[in-house]
Amino acid sequence: MERIPILKMGGFLLITIQVDMHDRLAMTLQNDVTDMIVKTRARGVMIDISMLDMVDSFIGRMLGSIASMSRILDAETVVVGMQPAVAITLVELGLSLTGVRTALNVDKGMELLRSSIERKEANGAFVRD
Amino acid sequence: MPLSVTESLALRSSEDVVRMRQWVRARAVGIGFSLVDQTKIVTAASELGRNILEHGGGEGHVYLDLPTHNSKIGIQLTFEDKGPGIADIEQALKDGFTTGGGLGLGLGGARRLVNQFEIASRPGEGTRITITRWKGP
Amino acid sequence: MTAAPKSRIAEILNHYEGDLLKDWMKQQLTGKAVPTDLMKESELRDQCAEFLRLLREASRGSVTDMVGSEWTELKNLLSDITGSRARQGFTPAETATFVFSFKQPLFDRLRQAYGKDADGLSMDLWNATTLLDNLGLLTTEYHQKGREDVIVRQQRDLMELSTPVVNIWDGVLALPLIGTLDSERTQVVMQNLLQRIVDTGSAIAIIDITGVPIVDTLVAQHLLKTVAAARLMGADCIISGIRPQIAQTIVHLGVDLKDVVTKATLSDALSIAFQRTGYTVRKGGRSESVSSNGTEDGVQTKVASRAGGTQHL
Repeated sequence: MERIPILKMGGFLLITIQVDMHDRLAMTLQNDVTDMIVKTRARGVMIDISMLDMVDSFIGRMLGSIASMSRILDAETVVVGMQPAVAITLVELGLSLTGVRTALNVDKGMELLRSSIERKEANGAFVRD
Repeated sequence: MPLSVTESLALRSSEDVVRMRQWVRARAVGIGFSLVDQTKIVTAASELGRNILEHGGGEGHVYLDLPTHNSKIGIQLTFEDKGPGIADIEQALKDGFTTGGGLGLGLGGARRLVNQFEIASRPGEGTRITITRWKGP
Repeated sequence: MTAAPKSRIAEILNHYEGDLLKDWMKQQLTGKAVPTDLMKESELRDQCAEFLRLLREASRGSVTDMVGSEWTELKNLLSDITGSRARQGFTPAETATFVFSFKQPLFDRLRQAYGKDADGLSMDLWNATTLLDNLGLLTTEYHQKGREDVIVRQQRDLMELSTPVVNIWDGVLALPLIGTLDSERTQVVMQNLLQRIVDTGSAIAIIDITGVPIVDTLVAQHLLKTVAAARLMGADCIISGIRPQIAQTIVHLGVDLKDVVTKATLSDALSIAFQRTGYTVRKGGRSESVSSNGTEDGVQTKVASRAGGTQHL
């Protein structure tokens, strides 16, 4: 069955979405990510969407769900690499992806994940930013 | 130019929506839409296609035309379903309105992504939505 | 209806090409048709000869309509002539007269050819008039088209010239907007900015509107949308240079800038950008700047150094 691969890099999970998503693929991805967070005890999830040429409200919702589910499992999520045309369209559509952190590229995303996990650890496990 | 030939595609599953997106993208590229314009029409199409699957009885058709107006070319998509129809169109176009589990951006959001948006619906008979986006300068 | 008798225009063009050229040249040089200060006689002769040659070719088909492909070359020639004359400073009327002035020589030959056949003559005079009128009008059309092209090109140039996206610091872009923003220009500018954010990997963009006289609802909304789009991409925008009147308009228009970082001046915005990217700006003290050419009093050296951050690329 077709699935989106999830790579483990250090303490993070890296997901690169390259294909046009349909429902089943999206549902499988959500399951896979949550499974992997628990299995690998990952503290951060990075979703690279630089190859996506459009994000509709369905995919937007999926990104939001992954972020919320990950947070419950104590992992930070950052979405990286959204293309300008996609971002402009999403804004027009009325989707602001509240609760999803974003970064320009994989390097910047990595920086963001590291610093927010450090901050979290410094503040103690019970404080959430 | 022999462009005003209507093409159509059946929508029954989310794979069909993916196929439709690629189809609309190819036509938009073909008539020289800018990247932003392409993305907008494809996203609008995706929202409306998905809308048929979720609320339009799960099945419908989309028709594609390439009309010209004042020497501008555009893409026109017509979505038809024989689903339950929409009782209150005004309400359905408002952001946040949803009968499914989604964010409720579908119709209103799609309308903001195109230049023209027409909707006709009769409860119990179905819905027809026509959207047009003209090629930018 | 009986078939119309065949036009003899093509035949005359064929037969008298050389004479027609001579007559036409004389006509133009003696008349006021050609401002001789704008154009050499030899150039005019070349244009006329080429026109006659292509007209002869084209009229082998039908002279009553100009839709066939045999007319394409003649139309192209007229387009070229119009273009070069427009650059030389001819008015549209002067260019059209170039074509109209061919009527006299052609009519003379027709009259000669038909002799006493009044019906035939009036038919072909009508044909010739229609043909040359259409060709003349075509030059006017090309003239206008040429102007429109120039305007479009200038608009595009202006748009690019007036909206440079500047990389003012490592990871910080600035977009100084100048002049009136219409909705279309704002859209282009904003798309440019977002693309540059991706290209340079800059996490902060400062949009400075000091040079913008008026901000209306649409422009304000485009600004807001750009800020929102940049945020989705992972970059922050700061809007600076909001003049008092514009602040008032924005509030009156009911535009909500609450989620946007705004600063009065570009330098305020820049210092926020430094803070966020981890740079501190400080004055270089005398003790630090021991340089061989000596430091004069009052000379300030600004040093930007990165605080702490070592993970930067």
